[in-house]
Amino acid sequence: MHEVSMMQNTLDLAIAQAKQNNATKVELLTMNIGELSGVIPEALEFAFEVLTQGTIAENAQLEIKSIPVVCYCQKCDRDFQPEADIFACPQCQQISSNVISGRELELASVVVSS
Amino acid sequence: MCQNCGCNAMNNIVDVNSLTQKIEINQRILTKNDRLALQNRHFFKSQGLLVINLLSSPGSGKTALIERMQIEIEQGLQEYSDRFKIGVIVGDLATDNDAQRLQSRKIPAVQITTGNACHLEANMVRKAAQKLDLDSFNLLIIENVGNLVCPAAYDLGEDLRIVLLSVTEGEDKPLKYPTMFKSAQIVIINKIDLAEAVDFERDKAIANIPKIAPQAQIFEVSAKTGQGIKSLLTYLNCCKISSPSITSSSSS
Repeated sequence: MHEVSMMQNTLDLAIAQAKQNNATKVELLTMNIGELSGVIPEALEFAFEVLTQGTIAENAQLEIKSIPVVCYCQKCDRDFQPEADIFACPQCQQISSNVISGRELELASVVVSS
Repeated sequence: MCQNCGCNAMNNIVDVNSLTQKIEINQRILTKNDRLALQNRHFFKSQGLLVINLLSSPGSGKTALIERMQIEIEQGLQEYSDRFKIGVIVGDLATDNDAQRLQSRKIPAVQITTGNACHLEANMVRKAAQKLDLDSFNLLIIENVGNLVCPAAYDLGEDLRIVLLSVTEGEDKPLKYPTMFKSAQIVIINKIDLAEAVDFERDKAIANIPKIAPQAQIFEVSAKTGQGIKSLLTYLNCCKISSPSITSSSSS
């Protein structure tokens, strides 16, 4: 259930940004969540509903963009998107531990109104 | 011009759209933790500590492994007793049983009870470290909360991540928990003294680890009998000498 504390961090960031911009309401939060982040989007959505209550983000929309895993194969000198949890290069089958993206846990943007 | 009736009274019209704005943030959610972890890493390095984040399911034998390392260090291994002095920060949801166990072996240990939190965070480690006499040891082991999911995302400021699995958990553990195993520099298979009794298929297990974590060094040990602990200590000694660089293990 670490999604709850992560969502609290996210909301803190979003609300602070909204207030800095003199906004009175948060309309939309957009998050980038990597497939390898260890976070379950559904759990984030649940936490979002609960944690926004009574804040300026109450009734806001949550948009979660899933970021696929991209690895780098040193042997072939190319990036690839693995098809399973075993990150084998589709060209040479060598297993890569060089993950270029897919670990993201980011607040991308907020839409606010005043 | 007013959109409703065409009058010129624009000042009275509240156009919701015009007051809505998008703010680009692009900030990591765990920025605060990452920053504290980096501070920890610099601080521990300045203290000359090698720091390990030890992770596993509940009951894989994290505490038993540390106890056995201590025994091996104390028992006649002159080469190790000079080089290794262990200190421990141990996290659990409740009780200080593990810290007491370690303290009874004369290992400096401090317990973090997380309440309901399923993982340790960098600020907890920083506070706990203040309760230890950091000059009295040189190998700090952070025994994380027993959990193969959530702790993966939290950098604590460690030099090495060790993920432990035991033979009773099955050969496919790395395949089931890929995120955690992918973050490990070392994977340890514990309880190998029980391998035969539980029909543990060693070859299959050994083959599964590099499929998920090709970067990881693998050790097979028994915290009960001490088998394999020397190899582990020898490897850790090399890590200590080579003075690990200051890099983040969770963000790459």
